[in-house]
Amino acid sequence: MSTSSADAATFDPSRRYRLHPDLALRPERFGALLYHYGTRRLTFLKSPQLTAIVRDIGEHPSVDAALDAHEIGPERRPALLRALATLESSEVISVG
Amino acid sequence: MSADTASPELRNHFKHGLDAPICLTWEVTYGCNLACAHCLSSSGKRDPRELSTEECRHLIDELARMQVFYVNVGGGEPLVRRDFLDLVDHAVERKVGVKFSTNGALITPEAARRIAATDYLDVQISIDGATPQTNDPVRGRGSYAMARRGMDRLAEAGFGPFKISVVMTRHNIPELDALERIAQEYGAQLRITRLRPSGRGASVWDELHPTAAQQRELYEWLIARPDVLTGDSFFHLSALGEPLPGLNLCGAGRVVCLVDPVGDVYACPFVLHDEFLAGNVRDGGGFEQVWRHSELFAELREPQSAGACASCGLYDKCQGGCMAAKFFTGMPLEGPDPECVLGHGELELVKVAAGDRPLVPVGHSKKRLRVG
Repeated sequence: MSTSSADAATFDPSRRYRLHPDLALRPERFGALLYHYGTRRLTFLKSPQLTAIVRDIGEHPSVDAALDAHEIGPERRPALLRALATLESSEVISVG
Repeated sequence: MSADTASPELRNHFKHGLDAPICLTWEVTYGCNLACAHCLSSSGKRDPRELSTEECRHLIDELARMQVFYVNVGGGEPLVRRDFLDLVDHAVERKVGVKFSTNGALITPEAARRIAATDYLDVQISIDGATPQTNDPVRGRGSYAMARRGMDRLAEAGFGPFKISVVMTRHNIPELDALERIAQEYGAQLRITRLRPSGRGASVWDELHPTAAQQRELYEWLIARPDVLTGDSFFHLSALGEPLPGLNLCGAGRVVCLVDPVGDVYACPFVLHDEFLAGNVRDGGGFEQVWRHSELFAELREPQSAGACASCGLYDKCQGGCMAAKFFTGMPLEGPDPECVLGHGELELVKVAAGDRPLVPVGHSKKRLRVG
């Protein structure tokens, strides 16, 4: 996944995020299918690890804390933060 | 479907099938007030064996349990069923979104108001040309005016952005810009799909399918308009250059399927033929059993042979095209699509003797119609 500078500007890993209320997540072997009932958009999560993080992201006080809870080491963090920023821009997760 | 373009790795997962379809087409009745020349399901008369209201509710409950996010509903004309809008309510209450196709004739002002008040409901009204002169020979006399009246009523009821759905033929490809303008006037979304030689379409495909030059024109037009919806139906054109948006693969029995009005489950909406019948939702295990365990779907989820296309450098892009288009034109399933953009399909097509095309049952047609 790629991210734009606009995502980078709004995405703040020190804040709490949650799954967008209009969003449904269906686990699959490769990760998950996400469907947004508002935008009618289908998104694919292409890794089980990212899926696990997204599923319980609202249970952690910040994105950083969620990554800690999933024991994500420093080498994996930049890629996952980019993926999460992209998910914010497509309204999969939102601040809250 | 609006979706990310799938990576080759993800496409491989899809080819092996998912635990539940990504989207499912459900034709709720064979009854229709029109008799379009290219009807995929040869609709016309209702079938006494159609699923009852209770059976439809049961199927919706099952789809909700399987987390099927939405269903594409067609027919026939869904609004011919008097319980249809109640079934829509049942579905959206369970978070099974509904996208339904209609010819617009039965969208009364009351129906339009009720439709406008329902969440997770999308409506697409079909026209097959920007004018009655292009549309009516295919969809029937007066059908263009009927469809426009349905659109007007949805707009008056404040429904929001409905879709205008067009099957592309050699007669309406010159009207692409005009169709886009009609959609813009309504604030609607344009959705264009591929003409397939299925159902009654088998008898008009030869004279209606776009020419090779028109296919290229269509591809260029779509590449310049990524927001035009296509239901992923033109992936065979991706061999012309950059892939079109969408999954770009044949999802039959892997990520899509069709449930017909009597509960028969077929591999995709374009193959209502015994050869692609996987089971029936009335069988013991319901829809889930058919989707997960039918022999036919297991076969379709095995790696498929590229056949004659194996030596073509563009196979990765077009994936050999549409199974239904090949089947109903009598071509081998391993090999080029009849509309292969390199012309391989046309060469194969001339080798097919007229008698090699599969017999298409009359289905539920009221009478056989020809264009012209």
